[in-house]
Amino acid sequence: MAGLSWEPVIGLEIHVQLKTRTKMFCACEVAYFDTPNSHTCPVCLAHPGALPVANAKAIEYTVKLGLALGCEIAPRALFHRKNYFYPDLPKGYQISQYDVPLCGKGAFTVPEPEGDRVVGITRAHLEEDAAKNVHVGGTGGRIGGAAHTNVDFNRGGTPLVEIVTEPDLRSSDEAKRFLQLLRRTIVELGISDAEMEKGTLRVDANVSVRERGETGYRTRAELKNMNSFNFIARGIDAEIERQIGVWEGGGEVVQQTFDFDAATGKLTPRRAKEEADDYRYFPEPDLVPVEPSAELVERARAELPELPGTRVRRLEPELGFDLAEGLVASGRDRLFARTPGDRRAVANVLMNELAGAGVDPDAVDGDELGKLIEARNRVPRPVFADAIARSGDEGFSADPFLAEEATSDVAELGPLIDEILAANAGQVAAYRSGKEGLLGFFVGQVMKRTDGKADPRVVNELLRAKLSA
Amino acid sequence: MIDTLRLTAEEALGLLERREVSARELWDAYRAAIDERDGELHCFLSLVDEPAGEGVPIALKDVIGTKGIETTAGSKILKGYVPLYDSTVARRCKEAGLVTLGKTNTDEFAMGSSTENSAFGPSRNPWDPTRVPGGSGGGSAAAVAGGLAPWALGSDTGGSIKQPAALCGIVGLRPTYGTVSRYGIVAFASSLDQVGPTTKTVRDCALLYRTIAGRDPSDSTTADVPEVELPEREDLRGVRIGVPKQMVEAEGIESGVKDAFERTIQLARELGAEVGECELPLSVEYGLPCYYLVAPAEASSNLARYDGVRYGLRAPEDAYHAMVMRTRDEGFGDEPKRRIMLGTYALSAGYFEAYYGQAQKVRTVIRREHAEAFERFDVLASPTSPTVAFELGAKTQDPLAMYANDLLTIPSCMAGLPGLNVPCGLSEGLPVGLQLIGPQFAENALFAAGHALERALGFDRVPERLR
Ligand SMILES: [Zn+2]
Repeated sequence: MAGLSWEPVIGLEIHVQLKTRTKMFCACEVAYFDTPNSHTCPVCLAHPGALPVANAKAIEYTVKLGLALGCEIAPRALFHRKNYFYPDLPKGYQISQYDVPLCGKGAFTVPEPEGDRVVGITRAHLEEDAAKNVHVGGTGGRIGGAAHTNVDFNRGGTPLVEIVTEPDLRSSDEAKRFLQLLRRTIVELGISDAEMEKGTLRVDANVSVRERGETGYRTRAELKNMNSFNFIARGIDAEIERQIGVWEGGGEVVQQTFDFDAATGKLTPRRAKEEADDYRYFPEPDLVPVEPSAELVERARAELPELPGTRVRRLEPELGFDLAEGLVASGRDRLFARTPGDRRAVANVLMNELAGAGVDPDAVDGDELGKLIEARNRVPRPVFADAIARSGDEGFSADPFLAEEATSDVAELGPLIDEILAANAGQVAAYRSGKEGLLGFFVGQVMKRTDGKADPRVVNELLRAKLSA
Repeated sequence: MIDTLRLTAEEALGLLERREVSARELWDAYRAAIDERDGELHCFLSLVDEPAGEGVPIALKDVIGTKGIETTAGSKILKGYVPLYDSTVARRCKEAGLVTLGKTNTDEFAMGSSTENSAFGPSRNPWDPTRVPGGSGGGSAAAVAGGLAPWALGSDTGGSIKQPAALCGIVGLRPTYGTVSRYGIVAFASSLDQVGPTTKTVRDCALLYRTIAGRDPSDSTTADVPEVELPEREDLRGVRIGVPKQMVEAEGIESGVKDAFERTIQLARELGAEVGECELPLSVEYGLPCYYLVAPAEASSNLARYDGVRYGLRAPEDAYHAMVMRTRDEGFGDEPKRRIMLGTYALSAGYFEAYYGQAQKVRTVIRREHAEAFERFDVLASPTSPTVAFELGAKTQDPLAMYANDLLTIPSCMAGLPGLNVPCGLSEGLPVGLQLIGPQFAENALFAAGHALERALGFDRVPERLR
């Protein structure tokens, strides 16, 4: 079977922790990095008689997200109980949604270099997060070998949205691109920090492969515990490779769950359960159906920002796909829009110098940045870099930096260049015999002698002229 | 001298208002009655030593969460559990100046019809201590009937207020679902549980209902409640009373119960009521079996929180699963275990639609059947319990016979409708109860009809042996 052309089929399940002030079903503050169990109450500790009350803000946030994902908003959504025993689940059930989620079918468009990838959204539903088991003793906080387990209920009951996509993604790149734009959307909606390292964004991937042209789906594997977009891409690639190997080796892929180990880049299969889960879902009788008002939905729709996919396509003609996507996915395109100047030059500075300096794009004054970029060839490089690094500071002005124009005075630079050429006769000879790459070496020498204050354009011109003389 | 057997709560309020007795004297009178008779009746699971207020005392069923007062729901698994917060009804009683005497006995997690399922021993009927007081709220009913409390709160899932009230010869209201907050009530079956008053008179019942009813932001299933009117009228002119044929003809109704019921219906006619027959065939046939799918299903989930991790009993085991299993095995009695198993089965994949799903559909049918009856009638009337109080131990070996006690109370519970028990006579020297059912939020109509009948019946609510 070797030599067949395989097509990966990928679907994602994404959990997003909402940034509401209080928990999903009680009035406790969401502050789970605080002292353990300091944000708990009878409701989130499941004391006898305690009842849930749904957080209206969480419902509003989920409606917003649903609209951004093109989902149908259910006029009358239901909460269900998902029953199972676990120490981090105090009620013995999780309040979730089952057959009538708040957000039904939708589609999210991801621009690709060659046309759009429309990713179907199966559903997005609202539920409560579990508490956190803290394994004490043993190694690395794992359950194996731990002496005992403490439960921190601070996180228990945090609002969580689960987004499930159709198996519409065809490569790890596409999956990564989808996640980047989805994350961007979530952050811009202001409903979550969506940070994988903090666990406010969690992604599981369902991966299978099939022969190109095949229409059905083959058995899939589930990948869990991938805590960055790069790990997700690596995990998916490793799984695709594994499955192709299995099929081509004449074997059969079986349904399985794997944990991705970032340290080794390997997938570890989870121990198979003896019996299938039966969560005994039934409608939560302690809550009334969620009926988002038409007014709420319309207001949320009106407030929806222009979606990232649309923005990539809008910027693409003047910048090309890569720059356009980079700006949007990194959340720099709004700064780009308010920064005057040569479009490509601005985009490049935003994606390189500004990104490298770690400046928060939303804190930057576009006009001041524009002035800086416009003068970038006239100010000394270290000054330019320094100015960029400070461009997000409050009250930043480009003017003091612009005053430090680079030296472009030929009368000053000419003798210095002569001196450098004389001191490096060997390199001069090599350049003249065709090693033109050495130009950079001479530029570097000049910059070193001028503390970087020489105007590189002038230096280049002078060097070329003198070397070819 | 305060006669706690006869004094109504309304009269007690009057005595306090007119300063004819002090709150302390009132409290002491009930404590003396408790000291005298609770050894025999076993109405209370715990007592409050010092009154926390200056008002009329009240007893609370032990499923009602009370801050600082042990709340066990009649279960070993909650032995020693002291809530950190007051249930909304306990808070409202406090705010109205009522003073908690103690917590009354109940079948474990309110699952039962005789209090014999209490992990702490049964209560006994003040009319005949060899007999049960009914259940699950037998402790509250026996306490009121036996003069150990002027009034009490119970909770009703399928008849736990109305049936013990009937068996003890007092008044009990199961309110419309959603009128009284369930916040802080140890849950049995969430879509059915309702807290309500157990009292000596219908007017007491209206007074206490007024105190506890109303929308509660902590319970999403509560609704706004019409203003409660204290009943005054002594006739039933213009009141249309429907008698559901299938309820009076149901199998197992004792002839003495039937006689007392029929005399009461005759009296209603004499008071000016228009009495007619109506039909509830599906409600009576399917009410009980559907109840025994819905209630255990919800209970199996509601009782999952008793895992030994955070409060209550914890069996000494090292591993989590072993600890949970042993805790639940040792902590729950037979009836909760039976219902957890029934409910878990009814919710399991592949069975959900056939059992829980189907039962919910039947519930809609039951609601519709009742709604049709209320197009022609203001209230429906039937016996509350098919039998008078039975002997302790008579039905403990036969769960189905025990479940059949609730045959007549369950249909309206399944429909979320209010039901009032009014004592209407004696059979074999034991009280018989009249059940009045109203449309949603029609508590005032029930109070009006119940009050008029109560006046005309002149039932002596003090047990003969205690007079
Ligand atoms: Zn809480």
